[in-house]
Amino acid sequence: MNKKFLPLYVTSSLFVLLFLVGSVQFENFGTLRVFMNLFTDNAFLIIAAIGMTFVILSGGIDLSVGSTIALSGVIISVLLRDYGWHPIPAFAFVLVLGTLFGAAMGAIIHFYQLQPFIVTLAGMFFARGLSSVVSEESVPITHMFYDNVAMFGFELPGGAWLGSSTIIALVVLGLAIWLANFTRFGGRVYGIGGDAQSAALMGVPIARTTISVYALSSFFAALSGIVFSFYTFSGYSLAAVGVELDAIAAVVIGGTLLTGGYGYVVGTLFGVLIMGVVQTYISFDGTLSSWWTKIVIGLLLFVFIALQRYLVRRGTKA
Amino acid sequence: MRYKDLSPAVRRSLWPIIGLFVLLLANVLISPEFFSIEIKDGRFYGSLIDVMNRAAPVALLAIGMTLVIATGGVDLSVGSVMAIAGAVSAGLIVGGVDNIAIVIGGGLLAGVAAGFVNGFLVGYFGIQPIVATLILMVAGRGIAQLINSGQIVTFHHEAFEYLGVGYLFGLPFPIILVIITFVLVQLLMRRTALGLFVEGVGANASASHYIGINDKLIKLMVYCVSGLCAAVAGMIAAADIGGSDANNAGLWLELDAILAVVIGGASLMGGRFSVFLSIIGALIIQALTITIILSGVPPKFNLLIKAAAIIVILLLQSPEFHRQIARFKKAGGAQS
Amino acid sequence: MSTDDTVLALRGVVKTFPGVKALNGVDFTLRKGEIHALLGENGAGKSTLIKVMTGVYRRNGGIIALDGTEIHPANTGDAQDLGISTVYQEVNLLPNLTVAQNVFLEREPKRFGIIDWRRMNREARELLLGYDLDIDVTAPLNSYSVAVQQLIAIARGVSMSAKVLILDEPTASLDAEEVASLFNIMRDLRDRGIGIVFVTHFLDQVYAVCDRITILRNGTLVGEYEAATLSQQDLVSHMLGKELEKAVHEKVGQAEAQTRETLFELNQGSSDVLEPLDISVCAGQVVGLAGLLGSGRTELCKLVFGVDELSQGDAKLNNQSIRFSNTRQAVVAGLGLCPEDRKKDGILGPMSIRENMIMALQNKRGWWRYIPMKKQRELAEHYVKVLKIATSDIEKPINQLSGGNQQKVILARWLAAEPKLMLLDEPTRGIDVGAHAEIIQLIRKLCDDGLGLLVASSELEELVEFADKVVVMRDRRKVAELSGSDISQQTIMQAIAGQS
Repeated sequence: MNKKFLPLYVTSSLFVLLFLVGSVQFENFGTLRVFMNLFTDNAFLIIAAIGMTFVILSGGIDLSVGSTIALSGVIISVLLRDYGWHPIPAFAFVLVLGTLFGAAMGAIIHFYQLQPFIVTLAGMFFARGLSSVVSEESVPITHMFYDNVAMFGFELPGGAWLGSSTIIALVVLGLAIWLANFTRFGGRVYGIGGDAQSAALMGVPIARTTISVYALSSFFAALSGIVFSFYTFSGYSLAAVGVELDAIAAVVIGGTLLTGGYGYVVGTLFGVLIMGVVQTYISFDGTLSSWWTKIVIGLLLFVFIALQRYLVRRGTKA
Repeated sequence: MRYKDLSPAVRRSLWPIIGLFVLLLANVLISPEFFSIEIKDGRFYGSLIDVMNRAAPVALLAIGMTLVIATGGVDLSVGSVMAIAGAVSAGLIVGGVDNIAIVIGGGLLAGVAAGFVNGFLVGYFGIQPIVATLILMVAGRGIAQLINSGQIVTFHHEAFEYLGVGYLFGLPFPIILVIITFVLVQLLMRRTALGLFVEGVGANASASHYIGINDKLIKLMVYCVSGLCAAVAGMIAAADIGGSDANNAGLWLELDAILAVVIGGASLMGGRFSVFLSIIGALIIQALTITIILSGVPPKFNLLIKAAAIIVILLLQSPEFHRQIARFKKAGGAQS
Repeated sequence: MSTDDTVLALRGVVKTFPGVKALNGVDFTLRKGEIHALLGENGAGKSTLIKVMTGVYRRNGGIIALDGTEIHPANTGDAQDLGISTVYQEVNLLPNLTVAQNVFLEREPKRFGIIDWRRMNREARELLLGYDLDIDVTAPLNSYSVAVQQLIAIARGVSMSAKVLILDEPTASLDAEEVASLFNIMRDLRDRGIGIVFVTHFLDQVYAVCDRITILRNGTLVGEYEAATLSQQDLVSHMLGKELEKAVHEKVGQAEAQTRETLFELNQGSSDVLEPLDISVCAGQVVGLAGLLGSGRTELCKLVFGVDELSQGDAKLNNQSIRFSNTRQAVVAGLGLCPEDRKKDGILGPMSIRENMIMALQNKRGWWRYIPMKKQRELAEHYVKVLKIATSDIEKPINQLSGGNQQKVILARWLAAEPKLMLLDEPTRGIDVGAHAEIIQLIRKLCDDGLGLLVASSELEELVEFADKVVVMRDRRKVAELSGSDISQQTIMQAIAGQS
């Protein structure tokens, strides 16, 4: 067993364990349908959390994710309703806008040597503010294309459903794994997270990489906003509040070290799935109230952070 | 006396105070009755009092946050801690406790406990502050909802409600609470060596350790103080509406508190701090909100303007930005 | 401008920092297939010169030519592309990436647009086998020792088709065997036509491996010499800019030391990283700690001060057993430690000179008994005067002072706390010559006042100058104790090298 995959084993085993516990306890829990629903319900979070994974691997953090999701939803809905755009150019528009927004944050972080959390905090205000300027009320989306995309999918055995958002999330996952582990860019991200100074001395272009990382995160957040609008059929400036925290939690539970440099994109998927399983378990139980989700996630965060601490300490001593 | 000759301490405090002054001036220009204060039944009324009263919760959070940021940390959990403290107090009242000391004590205890958890994780576990306090930020609201059983718990308790709506010496009681907290913290920090130790730990934790300062304990302490301040703010919020709303109490106020400290000129890297300037920062945020309302800009622009303000302040604090300005000036001078 | 075999030529290179001229028209010539030592005292300009060559700094004047064409590297990546690779003292690789990734970072082999891991691992392995490193290249770098990491760094540098390889103190943390194998590799590379710049503090290593020597002093070139014809005596006097003089300091001899009261004693004390050892310091005695970087000097200071825990043996201060569970207890008991890394562990950057000075005393008194502001100012003014700290204002942030003045402030911090035993870890590192002499004078004066001093230093001449007794460390154990007239650079060096 390779030591560096240890957090990944822990996360995936935990997911399997939780899923098994649910299956033993509840009749209809252990089905492909429930499993696929984990993806359907959390596709937007998977996408956003994957973007966050890159940021955290590089040693940063992005608090603007939730607001970016809301902003792209609002812009799409307004473009469709008031300007009669077709969804596809609207999607392209928000993706470009999101990328530029992230790049701007990355540039400010790099060139002015500011802490990522405060810059992206400002970004969070900015995106949230911009969405309420565009529209304060929830804007409904009514477009044939939307209906078609939302309905698109494949029926799997046992009434399970492989829908469009799940497909998008899985494509993003594949793309992210390719980026992180099979391109030069990925090595640079890990490198900067490991030791930015050494990376610079080894010739890694710090500025370009930092800017790209935040651009990538915001791109994924905008994409996540598009997927999110498939659920809600609306754009609302107060949507997706706190998603950045869920995304960070998923990344950490997925075994990525918050100080950067260590972790895997696949882990983040399991992080989201674990959070989804907890939620499903609570809704199956019926007597447990919804706030237990937050408490359990908080506990999981604590356990994983403590575990990381322990592993790092042991690592430095060895 | 030129700007350059001023001592660093004076220079630092100049900008926030000028900023507040300019905002207030703008408010007066837009709405001439802004400064007018009426006295009715021995109570002061007026926009200025209103600004201070509404800024009180953020000002309280900012007091605690200032110390945390001075040690190079940050406390993201204060909003959730507000919700927990409000829920604990409300729970005690609804549970039949009438003794105001127990009701308030319960809320404060909840705040200290939360601060202790944060401080322990940061100081003794060595976890980055953003991460350590994120745990309670996420779980805290769940805990508050657990205490409230998911309801908005309403209550009626005159003595407790006084925290939010009472008047003392003609001023709303929240303002008095801010003043009391400020004086206490100021005494603790500047009349003993604690403030020096806090700055030392923030300036260089490792060097402080070599000097023999117990940096872990100092960190634990500042998070506890932050938890306490959040608890007071949370009880004010609960008393104000006569109920505890676990979902919305103190929502996003951690961000305003951080912003207030940054506007007050503190460096997020730690070191120098001024509790007074952070309170000025909190007032600036509130005055800015009022300015936006008074000037007829729709309130939906609120967040956008706030975001712009943060970026401008951050840039002004960044040494690289100053270098760029200097270069720009030089180039301009060479051309002309 | 260059003869045929010159690969890198610097002519009249100037580098200024605000207020300092770090390089003042320096010439340097590196030939193909030679190992060229770049020597000089701390602050002589060695590291600045290297940083100018490798694009970390941009020169303010002069010419750098590689193979006869002028170059202007804007960053290390640029310099690497041109063929100038550097290996630093502290390994500047990425601990979290695999060995193979470290070797091939920024030039990973690709296939169909994706990184070809299999080829990368295979090539990395083959490459490292050439350096006698038979290791798993898919393991993260930090699973290997510093010596191995250093070799990996060299392999990386050379494999980037380097014409010039700069080795900046590569031997500082290596043991004798590792040094020997490094030298073999260096000779091998030289024979393959690479020009190697070798920066080191260890003079015997210069003679072991170098062909030519360039010496810098105070940012100017002293001269370029053939290693075979320059005696070690001359070399040292070129570096110091003076003839070697015998130290004039009256040493407290062994006989006298016995009559004095023992201040501090460590009996068979050990920590997680140190072998058990004895050490004693008398009042008014300066005990020097010699040894290479990583020999256990710093660790011993930390052990005495209580940063690291005593795992065995016992420590006595004034004949009373002491055991500290935190640093504050050590300070209250009367110990003080000026740490090696001033910037990281010493100064409180944004805080004022006054606050930096009173911190230790304040901590000794406890948080409740705040030193009145008037007293704080008096103390600060006093030490600024006594230690000749160059500042107009005690309220100035300490990070605006020069390194030497910062060091004096830190000394003042401890003096104000009136310790019985002071530990100075590399008190003169990175300090200009003038301040250097003053700090040494100060050290002497301190012990005349009855303070016990334990001074760790890598500058042998310094130790010879002021130490009454020298404890020599090697491989985390004590290997020799010299006192009185036995103390000379020669004897210390022999003990360090293990030839006694």
